[in-house]
Amino acid sequence: MTADTSTIDAVAAGEFEHPDPIANQAFGFWLYIMSDLVLFAAIFATYAVLAHNYAGGPTGKDLFYLPYAFGETMLLLFSSTTYGLAMLATHKAKRGVAMTWLTVTFLLGLGFVSMEIHEFHHLILNGNGPERSGFLSAFFTLVGTHGTHVAFGLIWMAVMMGQLITKGLTPPVQSRLIRLGIFWHFLDIVWVGVFTVVYLMGVM
Amino acid sequence: MFGKLSLSAVPYHNPITMGAVVGSILLAVLILALITYFRKWTSLWKEWLTSLDHKRIGIMYIVLALVMLLRGFSDAIMMRAQQALAAGMSHGYLPPDHFNQIFSAHGTIMIIFVAMPFLVGLMNIVIPPQIGARDVAFPFLNSVSLWLTAAGALLVMVSLGVGEFSKAGWSGYAPLTELQYSPGTGVDYWIWALQIAGVGSLMTSINFLVTILKMRAPGMTLMRMPIFVWTALATTLLMLLSFPVLTAALALVTLDRYLGMHFFSNTLGGNMMMYANLFWMWGHPEVYIVILPAFGVFSEVVATFSGKRLFGYTSMVYATAAIMILSFAVWVHHFFTMGAGPDVNTFFGITTMIIAVPTGVKIFNWLFTMYQGRIRFTTPMYWTLGFITTFAVGGMTGVLLAAPAADYVLHNSLFLIAHFHNMLIPGALFGYFAGYSYWFPKAIGFPLNEKWGKRAFWCWLIGFYLAFMPLYVLGFMGMPRRMAHYANTAWQPYLIIAAGGAAVILVGILCQIVQLIVSIRERHETRDLTGDPWNGRTLEWAMSSPPAVYNFVKTPVVHDIDAFTDMKEKGIAYQKPDRYHDIHMPRNTGAGFVNGVLAFVFGFAMIWYIWWLAILCALGMLAGVVARASDDDTDYIVPAAEVERIENCRHMELASVAMNRPAGGRATQNILPQE
Amino acid sequence: MNQTVIDSAGASRGSFKSYASGFILSIVLTAMAFLLVMQGWGLPRWAVLSGILGAAVVQILVHLHYFLHLDTSSEVHWNVVALVFTVLIIILFVGGTLWIMSSLNYRMM
Repeated sequence: MTADTSTIDAVAAGEFEHPDPIANQAFGFWLYIMSDLVLFAAIFATYAVLAHNYAGGPTGKDLFYLPYAFGETMLLLFSSTTYGLAMLATHKAKRGVAMTWLTVTFLLGLGFVSMEIHEFHHLILNGNGPERSGFLSAFFTLVGTHGTHVAFGLIWMAVMMGQLITKGLTPPVQSRLIRLGIFWHFLDIVWVGVFTVVYLMGVM
Repeated sequence: MFGKLSLSAVPYHNPITMGAVVGSILLAVLILALITYFRKWTSLWKEWLTSLDHKRIGIMYIVLALVMLLRGFSDAIMMRAQQALAAGMSHGYLPPDHFNQIFSAHGTIMIIFVAMPFLVGLMNIVIPPQIGARDVAFPFLNSVSLWLTAAGALLVMVSLGVGEFSKAGWSGYAPLTELQYSPGTGVDYWIWALQIAGVGSLMTSINFLVTILKMRAPGMTLMRMPIFVWTALATTLLMLLSFPVLTAALALVTLDRYLGMHFFSNTLGGNMMMYANLFWMWGHPEVYIVILPAFGVFSEVVATFSGKRLFGYTSMVYATAAIMILSFAVWVHHFFTMGAGPDVNTFFGITTMIIAVPTGVKIFNWLFTMYQGRIRFTTPMYWTLGFITTFAVGGMTGVLLAAPAADYVLHNSLFLIAHFHNMLIPGALFGYFAGYSYWFPKAIGFPLNEKWGKRAFWCWLIGFYLAFMPLYVLGFMGMPRRMAHYANTAWQPYLIIAAGGAAVILVGILCQIVQLIVSIRERHETRDLTGDPWNGRTLEWAMSSPPAVYNFVKTPVVHDIDAFTDMKEKGIAYQKPDRYHDIHMPRNTGAGFVNGVLAFVFGFAMIWYIWWLAILCALGMLAGVVARASDDDTDYIVPAAEVERIENCRHMELASVAMNRPAGGRATQNILPQE
Repeated sequence: MNQTVIDSAGASRGSFKSYASGFILSIVLTAMAFLLVMQGWGLPRWAVLSGILGAAVVQILVHLHYFLHLDTSSEVHWNVVALVFTVLIIILFVGGTLWIMSSLNYRMM
């Protein structure tokens, strides 16, 4: 009975007339991330199945240069951390500091994507593009899907930096930054899977 | 400039196709002319196409589903006619090329563009009020989902007159779908229609998961939700976690076709079997997505028309959850014969047999609900009774097929076709029809004509048996599926009976069209003034019919299962609030519709290799997203005075009903406002 | 700087300490994994494999806790439930695929 009374009080207080949109948006976005994880899982599974289908072409050992992959990993890891620092600044309503850290994050992410494009370009020039073998199709698609997600994240980040300038740290802007943060951290999580399964296992 | 597109894309030389194209165009022109004649363009745009109201969006989904049902059924009639004729020396009237497109379109349309919109439409209309909410969690996303689904449907329709449709079946197996073996535009139409509609479905799942988990009325714990809400929860969870696999599978086929990759090719390291694995990893959950909401409808209908609380609520919830989880673990049964070892096949055969058990639990619960109830034989109840008997037969054939050894003989025979149609028609479709009849008065404001509804039911039921029981026999006799022509004339009599069954179903559909016309004509006499035409048990029946835009003037407080029955019994069902407040609702916007148009053009451009147009549309969609994401002023207010006016009208209608009926009648219980 | 900040949405609950710890742990785990493969140290293949996969799993957990602030509290309860269920399904899908495809490849290719 006590539970019912408290809910009646809550209704009287108007709590249920105004459900918390920010919490709902964050949770809804979390669910989208769950679906994105399944998408990556399907592509990972495909990579696993095709990982040794070299069709007489090059293997991971022939193509991957681990220090390069380590560099990409560091860029992304640093960017995850700097994004966190940007979020801390938004909690303290420090718009300028947040803007600075977001810019650093953006540049680190841009560095990551540039390195990937460079790697792909190099492979394609040498005739080792995705149409060479099942293994290479899977490699380009898995790494490329992740890279495309990062690129979209960068576009979003640029939009958010624009909104910070034009609107300031309003609740809707905060809410969008929370969601972008969830996206950005999960990209780093997926990358942990990618460098382990593709690059590290690829050269073993 | 226009990629591969040229005037030769129109199939001038094919009279049957051109007949269909001309017919469709004439029908479309007629509809546009009628809208113009009745000067409804402004109202169409302002009140429907730009609406973010879940009730309107739900109605539009169902309209889409019903229109596509007519198209998908035309494909069925054509196939039945062809197979009834094409025995031995005769080759029927359809060349195999055309026949292959028809069965591919039939499956694609019925699953993706009839079943999915129908169930999403019902969920849209019913879920928010059943949990006491004003709207779904993300009304704009809801509109985007609707128009993406419509874009996909339009792509399938356009393929009739511009280019061709896929000939590789609705399941699109590799390597047939590779560019080398399907060089035309058909497979590309199939890919983009599914991919675009799939994004819409994914968004819908997110929307309803957040709505159900976070927006229930106070007091409505999970174990007090209506069973339809539970099945919607399970369905949307299935959608969330399975659709990404379809997205991946289609994307990989796209990469093979457009960029020459080797995922599923038969050379250079592709693995053709991996396609089947990925497709059915989505495909099996998909069929449970299609059936679970129908089970939810039956639970609501059986309880209401037996006048009793649903039997075994807790076991229903657990059965639903069990079906949901198990449906992720059975997918190999779609390709037992592809060649996996006995260990793999046995594991999945066992899980497939186990999944029949919770469905059995549900059937017993429905039967026990009816036992000792006072049953009212309304149209929704007819659909339900037809379902319980017929679906059980089909379920048993499923358990038969679950044994890999049996499946080796029957895979891809007409036995299989009969089995899954036995699940989809009496199962899913009858469920949607029951929901359509049950909730029509709530959504529209007047009921559907009972007489024509029952006639439609009998035609569908008899037609179904005539159309599909012979197919079970043919399966045992060895006839494979998807045959445009066959040499064994012993099969023909059965196929003629099946064609007869299709004709009976056609009569059923005509009855449903007549039902709609008659119901609209007599709407002034049959208007639902109380909002509770069936003596319902759940909260949606507390609203007026049709409901106010904000659903409930005051969020109800829930104390028990069957919250509305509980309120009626306590005499608090129609209380007026002490004070009226402003209510925030989402503002209409054309952005969802425009996004849908861009998605359609994008898909069309990709199909015909018009790269500049595809890029333009993609950028347009991105710009739309950014614009919406920068818009912080998306609500409007229904002022308290307006709310009061709407509620006063409602109470006047309620009072008028109470005065015109004898006191103490069941329908008038608690109608008078409690002062 | 060391305060944990919880806002009304319950959705962002970070602190400098959590980001710094997560960062350090991730660097260590990443370096470990790369070194294991690049140096080898004469370890058998299965040991290297377990090492890098283990390091990956641990690093993912580190990210989930220190960057995404997941724990056993009630604010993130539904997020954790959703994630656990998704991971279960992913294991089913990926594991199932590996089992099924290896069986098919063995018998059919």
